[in-house]
Amino acid sequence: MKQQHGEGVVVVGGGHAGLEAALASARLGVPTTLVTLRPDRIGEMSCNPAVGGLGKGHLVREVDALGGALGSIADAAGIQFRLLNRRKGPAVRGPRAQCDRALFRSKAQALLAGSPVQVIAAEVIDLAVEGGRVVGVETDAGRIDAAAVVLTTGTFLGGVVHIGHQRHAAGRMGEAAASRLSARLREAAFAMGRLKTGTPARLRRGSIDFTALQPQPGDDDPVFLSFATRAPATSQVPCHITHTNPATHDVIRAHLRDSAMYSGGISGPGPRYCPSIEDKVTRFAEREAHQIFLEPEGLTTDLIYPNGVSTSLPADVQVAFLRTIRGLEAVEIAQPGYAIEYDYVDPRTLGPSLQHREIAGLYLAGQINGTTGYEEAAAQGLFAGANAALAVCDAPPLQVGRADGYIGVMIDDLVSQGVTEPYRMFTSRAEFRLRLRIDNADQRLTALAIHRGLVTGRAAEAFEAKMARLDTVREGLRALSLSPKQAAALGIAVNDDGQRRDGMALLALPDVTLAQLTPAAPDLATADAGTAELLQIEARYDTYVARQDADIARLSADDALPLNPDLAFHALAGLSAELRDKLAAVRPHTVGAARRIEGMTPAALLLVMAASERRTRKSA
Amino acid sequence: METVFALASGPGIAAIAVIRVTGPAAASAVAALTGRAVPAPRRASQRRLIDATGHVLDEALVLWFPGPASATGEDLAELHCHGSRAVVDGVLAALAAVPGCTAAEPGEFTRRAFLNGKLDLVKVEALGDLLTAETEAQRHQALGAFGGGLSALADTWRRSLATALALVEATIDWADEDVPQDVSPEVRQRIDQVAVSMAEALAGQAAAMRLRDGYEVVLIGAPNAGKSTLLNAVAGHEAAITAAEPGTTRDFVEVSLSLDGLPVTLVDTAGLRSGDDVGAVEATGIARTLTRAAAADLRLFLDAPDAPLPGEAAALWHDGDLSVAVKGDLMPRVGAVSAVTGAGLPELRRTVAGILGERASRASSVISLRQRGVVGAAAEALARATSQGETELLAEELRAALAALEHLTGRTSPDDVLAEVFGRFCLGK
Repeated sequence: MKQQHGEGVVVVGGGHAGLEAALASARLGVPTTLVTLRPDRIGEMSCNPAVGGLGKGHLVREVDALGGALGSIADAAGIQFRLLNRRKGPAVRGPRAQCDRALFRSKAQALLAGSPVQVIAAEVIDLAVEGGRVVGVETDAGRIDAAAVVLTTGTFLGGVVHIGHQRHAAGRMGEAAASRLSARLREAAFAMGRLKTGTPARLRRGSIDFTALQPQPGDDDPVFLSFATRAPATSQVPCHITHTNPATHDVIRAHLRDSAMYSGGISGPGPRYCPSIEDKVTRFAEREAHQIFLEPEGLTTDLIYPNGVSTSLPADVQVAFLRTIRGLEAVEIAQPGYAIEYDYVDPRTLGPSLQHREIAGLYLAGQINGTTGYEEAAAQGLFAGANAALAVCDAPPLQVGRADGYIGVMIDDLVSQGVTEPYRMFTSRAEFRLRLRIDNADQRLTALAIHRGLVTGRAAEAFEAKMARLDTVREGLRALSLSPKQAAALGIAVNDDGQRRDGMALLALPDVTLAQLTPAAPDLATADAGTAELLQIEARYDTYVARQDADIARLSADDALPLNPDLAFHALAGLSAELRDKLAAVRPHTVGAARRIEGMTPAALLLVMAASERRTRKSA
Repeated sequence: METVFALASGPGIAAIAVIRVTGPAAASAVAALTGRAVPAPRRASQRRLIDATGHVLDEALVLWFPGPASATGEDLAELHCHGSRAVVDGVLAALAAVPGCTAAEPGEFTRRAFLNGKLDLVKVEALGDLLTAETEAQRHQALGAFGGGLSALADTWRRSLATALALVEATIDWADEDVPQDVSPEVRQRIDQVAVSMAEALAGQAAAMRLRDGYEVVLIGAPNAGKSTLLNAVAGHEAAITAAEPGTTRDFVEVSLSLDGLPVTLVDTAGLRSGDDVGAVEATGIARTLTRAAAADLRLFLDAPDAPLPGEAAALWHDGDLSVAVKGDLMPRVGAVSAVTGAGLPELRRTVAGILGERASRASSVISLRQRGVVGAAAEALARATSQGETELLAEELRAALAALEHLTGRTSPDDVLAEVFGRFCLGK
């Protein structure tokens, strides 16, 4: 790809967003520099040592389909694989990998080392902006020029760690915060807010009595995060499950006033879906036990991550409550749990390519946008990095809609609705969930990735070959036309309604397999097991997906209609006060974004559109 | 974009009713109702309208405006039918049965015109006023004595279904956690309760339509029984021509009035009689009287000893109809009414108002065809949900039901559902 601005992309931050941003930019052939405080911590998993899950696993598959790295790194570092919701429908299954933290980091760093990305160890203290366009970054070691900058600073912007009544500035445990950059962004009138999240203590493996606990092994036939992975790369280990009990809760309640989150020491709101153990004990006082997963941090490390007891109690109280728990009676902690508060930039200041609306060439991705999670960060990083590089090449930005991927859902949610707590992906956020599946992430996105240069070479060829196999069999199925009597002859019972059905309709019926249909269309016998499974899933949702086509058409039409940015939502007559408040808070940029506001009715939406049109015509 | 239709002329009785259809399926809607292709663009063509069973609905003028050179910018058809309620209801029902056609939202035609750049600034201004007024009217309707808070009812459906969806979503998105594994009894119970409530609302909607369009009360009597005189007396002014010549009222004479706050249209009809001296014109009038009387909400049979009803009138009698002894001044009887002296008139008004009021109190708050469509779509989604064993498909049907209700209750966002989930379960690690 030809580069026209003479300078490249600078990525600030070496977490999961920064890594994907830098790799995507470099894949597009743009000179790319990654600036981080600690190059040795690139690819660090700062929270729990696992990747994927529901919604999150979907994001990883999409990152993989767009040529990103997270899936293959997590697979290579995977010490336990589980497919969540294995007994539910394929649209809501989520792959998850427990990872060896050290292995993950070394795979990530090796991947970066094998790429053309240049890594610089420095602290970025300011953005260089000229005439509304970013032209580089100022670091403590001097200025780096850039045609585009991707900020992926995670929790490091104004980060403050809380343990009980103690607090200190830090990006994460043991690492300095990026306070100067945060101060500069505030001065530059970025719309910023404060969020908090937490993490549990890390336990010493040798101090835990696993014999008393229920093991949770991985799946026998693992499902991986990357489409390319065929087998685990390392030996596999189980997790273990234990529970809190009334004695645990008593200890926690007795010390609530010492908790950073309950003593008023923290102002930012925490995530509802990642409550601290203090929260759980207080809000669900009637519960006598809360589940804890003891997750190994790796094959060689001594550390165990107790998933489910994130806390900001003083270290001695943490030890005390942990020791009331079965299996943990003699537990020792290597590092106490803590709460962390950090700055984020209101993502509504970003456009749909994750570029800042007012500063050209500046892209933001990851926790700086108010999200949480490696997967959410990686997906934004890839998207922002690719768009920064595409902009440098004067190419139009990558676009992924809500009907095309969880990435599209997330980015639209962020830039149009903003956040009130750290944003995490759930499958329930996707209105087109039945089409946004892990099995078809490549079918949804890889053609786009190839077209835009993000997937090339052997990966592109493998994808084209897979699509060709699918197309052949799919066409064979669509071409079938069987009467109920003919279907019955194949052992398939359908209503004797005289309706002819095609192969997809028959395959959608419970317990019907592709093999059953092959006598009617011998070509189908050529389908390999993978192709057959994909079409089986596709057939299952075919009618539902078709039903949503009209909704999707309407969605794209509405999303293409801009609303006047100067519209005074508070002054709109004919709307309920509640709806006016919501509109004024969200300030939707498009009709589609307005439509998605809670409580919106079609009549109210029309009123908003009419008011916007009036405003536009009057000022014209 | 779906295809929508609506009565473009005002509700109530008029000589001509104009029904408009706009959207991609407008041509197939015309084809379905006329059995022929669309007529030449922008030319009035006479067509016979039929429903799906081949039953003739009306002889109508059909105009075809292919998009984008139409008022909405889309393919648009206008059906100019006869203005009787039976015809209009029949045509609207036939359109609703055409695949891809649904009843329009209030303002939907204007909305489409607006979206397609067919409105000038003045019209856009007017649109804002129109919508403001509509919202206001809907608010009054919700608060009104009979409107019976459809919004309130729909909101209880929405809340119950959002909770059911939250329960299902919790088992999907928190597969690994201690969500009570079996949420299905509560989910099933909520779906069933809402489905029953929707079915009741839909069943009561015919009565509610009357609240909007008004009740029709038809006077039936032999020629010269005094129907027109009674109509004038009840209405309080000379609405119908009265004369001693039998058979004067061959066309319908209607008076709209308010009885105890209920909108009522009182209809005077051709006198019923049979015999060799009934001419062709009068026979036609009598036939139309029979049709109109059969469709009315209430019939008043005039009992005048000097003008007895012919035998065929008995076939028109419905449960709840009234027999009114008239000409009380000439022939005094118990409970007789006199249009001349006014004796018994207040009692007659009260009796009629009482009968209609009793029906109104049973009226469901589902009032418009559009609202019927919305509630019907939600009820269908729930019916599919109950037969659905797969979690993610059950969730899909619940989402479809909530999306249909969006028109009445506003949008239910994923965040609403998540809030419900977090309020209810201790989730997250």
